Amino acid sequence: MRVRRYGSRAALVDLDRPEQVLGLHAALAERPPAGAVELVPAARTLLVRFDRRQTSFERLTGELMRHSIAAAPERARPVVEVPVRYDGEDLADVAAATGLSTSDIAERHAGREYTVAFCGFAPGFAYLTGLDPVLHLPRRATPRVRVPAGAVAVAGEYTAVYPHASPGGWQLIGHTELAVWDVDRDPPHLLGPGTRVRFVPR
Amino acid sequence: MTGKLEVLRPGPFATIQDLGRPGLAALGVGRSGAADRGSLRLANRLVGNPEDNAVVEATLGGLAVRFTGHAVVAVTGAACAIRVAGRAGWPDAPIPVRPGDEVELAAPERGLRSYLAVRGGIDVPPVLRARATDTLANLGPPALSPGTTLPIGDRTRAYPGVDLAPRPSIPDEPVLRVTPGPRRDWFTGDALATLVSAPHEVTAESNRVGIRLDGPRLRRRRTGELPPEACVPGALQVPPAGQPILFLADHPVTGGYPVVAVVEEDDLDLAAQVRPGQRVRFAV
Repeated sequence: MRVRRYGSRAALVDLDRPEQVLGLHAALAERPPAGAVELVPAARTLLVRFDRRQTSFERLTGELMRHSIAAAPERARPVVEVPVRYDGEDLADVAAATGLSTSDIAERHAGREYTVAFCGFAPGFAYLTGLDPVLHLPRRATPRVRVPAGAVAVAGEYTAVYPHASPGGWQLIGHTELAVWDVDRDPPHLLGPGTRVRFVPR
Repeated sequence: MTGKLEVLRPGPFATIQDLGRPGLAALGVGRSGAADRGSLRLANRLVGNPEDNAVVEATLGGLAVRFTGHAVVAVTGAACAIRVAGRAGWPDAPIPVRPGDEVELAAPERGLRSYLAVRGGIDVPPVLRARATDTLANLGPPALSPGTTLPIGDRTRAYPGVDLAPRPSIPDEPVLRVTPGPRRDWFTGDALATLVSAPHEVTAESNRVGIRLDGPRLRRRRTGELPPEACVPGALQVPPAGQPILFLADHPVTGGYPVVAVVEEDDLDLAAQVRPGQRVRFAV
């Protein structure tokens, strides 16, 4: 763990693995350090914004170093089942790139449990880790102008469900009718950091 | 006091803004809200509103609105000529408005963003508890267009008992204070010295998301890609070409370019008022 200054009101904790980010995020969410006002996990980092009137970078760093980065116990984390129809527009390209049949792709994708590592790119867009390395593929050379809401996609080490229609460069392998994000719902998200996810073929 | 406000002309670009959606970054939702938060707060205080009421953020003036009822308004931020039913009105002061009056904001001589507050606040439906338009995430009401009708709410406080709250004008070459960013080690050792060594020009590729700057090129020591990491307003993110982008209100929640330095939050209101073509300096 290494803590870096991020301006005068935030610290960025560098970690080696996504599980450590989740572990530290869970530990800090349960027992926030004095003066911490927001925690934002990402791929290998956790941003901690703080109130300068209540703490300092040095004091916060001292408190952060005392926390565990061990992964949070699984049973403590919610599970969301996402029903999927594996009919994505890029299935043929993914099959060609991996040498798998389309049914193998569905089986490999649905055969694992995932964890939301972090959200970003767009509101409610959750990066899920745990993807079979065979399905680790680069983004499309040309991003689509519009990916529909509910598209299930892969890129790099992640899989995701597009929370709303948006431009996007991920490889589309299926779609779900489940609304993973709805601004009129409270809370709006189903897939927050640390949530476990299973894809169920339909 | 409640009534409606009709947009006759929005000017080059106008949105509804309040203090935004803090605390949701872990869900991929940025804070957004007024680019110049101090001016939003002042506009609200002048008309006896809570500081977080929704107002109109006008870019380079040109805004014209008509009121259906009696109202009290105030214009802050970039100082511009104001006409109320054809009569001159003062910026940074409460102005009474009668039914049918048109309020017009001319283009400001200095600065970029002006704020029009109305007593009671603009009462469009909130999205995730805020009425701000996040132009990057596409949250909140659409940008104003001719014919948009905005309801006026009834969230008020006592009047402040102030007739005028003058503010310093925006300098020709504003100085923005920076502190080190988390990825200074991705750059050569002289990167911060280079950053402060010469003025940067604000390019036309600037908006509520960020300001693309043109100045001395910052050189990388490390190449390769940075996994996405959380960003804050004021972050100076540096793409490989070496020219920084200063993140403003609608910045992405996570970014993949290294952040060399961060502009102090107290200076971001000023940064939000710098026009394309103007120059800024950074100071450590």
